[in-house]
Amino acid sequence: MDAVRVEGLTKQFRSGWLGHATVTALDGLSLSVRKGEIYGFLGPNGAGKTTTFKILLGLMRPTGGRAEILGRPAGDVEVRARVGFLPEAPYFYDYLTAEEFLTFYGQLAGLAKAEVAKRVERLLEMVGLTEARHRQLRKLSRGMLQRVGLAQALIHDPELVLLDEPMSGLDPGGRIQIRNIILGLRDQGKTVFFSSHIIPDVEMICDRVGIVVRGKLVASGRVEELIKPGHTQSIEVICQGIKADDIPAIRSLASRIVQRERNCLMILPGVERLDDLLGMIKAHGGTLVAVTPYKGSLEELFLQQASESDRKV
Amino acid sequence: MWPIVVIALNTFRENLRDKILYNLLFFALLLIAASVLLGNLTIAEQNKIMTDMGLAVINLVGVLLAIFVGIGLVSKELDRRTIYTIMARPLSRVQFILGKYVGLTLTLMVNLSIMLVGFLAALWINRAPIHAALLQAIGLVFIELLLVTALALMFSTFSSSTLSAMMTLGLYVIGHLTADLKGIAEKTNSEGIKAVMTGLYYLCPNLEMLNMKGQAAAGLTVAPSYLLIASAYGLLYAALAITIACVIFQRRDF
Repeated sequence: MDAVRVEGLTKQFRSGWLGHATVTALDGLSLSVRKGEIYGFLGPNGAGKTTTFKILLGLMRPTGGRAEILGRPAGDVEVRARVGFLPEAPYFYDYLTAEEFLTFYGQLAGLAKAEVAKRVERLLEMVGLTEARHRQLRKLSRGMLQRVGLAQALIHDPELVLLDEPMSGLDPGGRIQIRNIILGLRDQGKTVFFSSHIIPDVEMICDRVGIVVRGKLVASGRVEELIKPGHTQSIEVICQGIKADDIPAIRSLASRIVQRERNCLMILPGVERLDDLLGMIKAHGGTLVAVTPYKGSLEELFLQQASESDRKV
Repeated sequence: MWPIVVIALNTFRENLRDKILYNLLFFALLLIAASVLLGNLTIAEQNKIMTDMGLAVINLVGVLLAIFVGIGLVSKELDRRTIYTIMARPLSRVQFILGKYVGLTLTLMVNLSIMLVGFLAALWINRAPIHAALLQAIGLVFIELLLVTALALMFSTFSSSTLSAMMTLGLYVIGHLTADLKGIAEKTNSEGIKAVMTGLYYLCPNLEMLNMKGQAAAGLTVAPSYLLIASAYGLLYAALAITIACVIFQRRDF
């Protein structure tokens, strides 16, 4: 069963003096997030990621299309008791301490007093803020605020967690911590739907990803399916005993040649001409040292999709 | 019901930690003390001047607090984007608006009580008479504050803080001049002015109905039936403003 289902979602904003012009934030977006998976929502700034989250939570109404969350229509008040949300670059109530803040959100979620106290204790420990529990939020660093925000999203033990750019503004240590928390949530059977433009994070922890560009889903699936062999694969060949730069036939095959003392490194853009290259190395008296295939990265796919979409406009 | 209470208590806590509350409270107590001095400087009607000024200060400070905290109730949540995490919780937008309103009402009640204690203490120290009319006037001041807060809240659901403050303040001033609006409408020869003034007369709240400060300073009590009607009028008007606030807030995108 799907935790999130979005079909043909569109959102247009009015702009201009009299509101006569429109800006399209979502343009028929369709996607689904399965229960129990980590789904990475990738896209450049302004692609429509935040708008999608806002529509799912009822903070915004769509212009068209359908959106469902845990089997209920988006914006349903009751279903929000089962959903946690961390907005992008969150700002919280400056005058509250970390503990008061989490207690407030726990109460809003309808938890009993004893349960709130227990959960606050556990979450402060999980995000490493037990020491800072009595500090007012305005005195916390950006990274600490992000962690308090994450604790807020999890205070009521939700089934589905929506995280909008949870890693942005964090140092490497903070990013690893958030990554581990997200992986821990999956282990507990929760569904995590998170947006990011930090691709290595998405690549590392997501079960499936969706790439959104200009309000449209341009690619979706498992990371390894999206980066299929032959798609952007490159081959690294290392040999000894020849100077590839001096051989025109090799120069025309390789996209890059690097000569380091005895070793010569050549990069082929694909597997198609590998046999030809190996034959030439042998014919010129070279010795093969290594052949390493490189899979294309999600980043390459992301950039490719973004530039293709730009070209279509 | 529970989310309203949670939001209200948090709003109350937010107000308690806001410096504006203490600054205004300090200002009010200072002015109440000054009214004692002013009363002592005059030869006749010492008590009347003291009472008159004390009630005016309580009213003014209450209204300033209602307007300047009231306009920030919703707009601050929008500006700071705290609304995203709040409205992602299982509560409706109407519950949010009501919680915010109840929270500020609590603050105003506490603030008014402190000023009242200061005022009564000043009267007692100067051996001035403390009569029921004073409490009647303060009661109606509280109703007026409920109404002004509701107006500030209503404006802040669709306009900026500055504009909301200006509109609420404007309505407050006109609200105390509605009798004059009617007078102008009756005396003018221009049909246009007559229509505008009559329209404003019926549209703007008649805040003079809630102003018993003059009578109270003279020690004159008003009939309970009048108190009841005036209070019902103020509360109904406030309810209307909150309803409009809820309708507008329901339709907003965040």
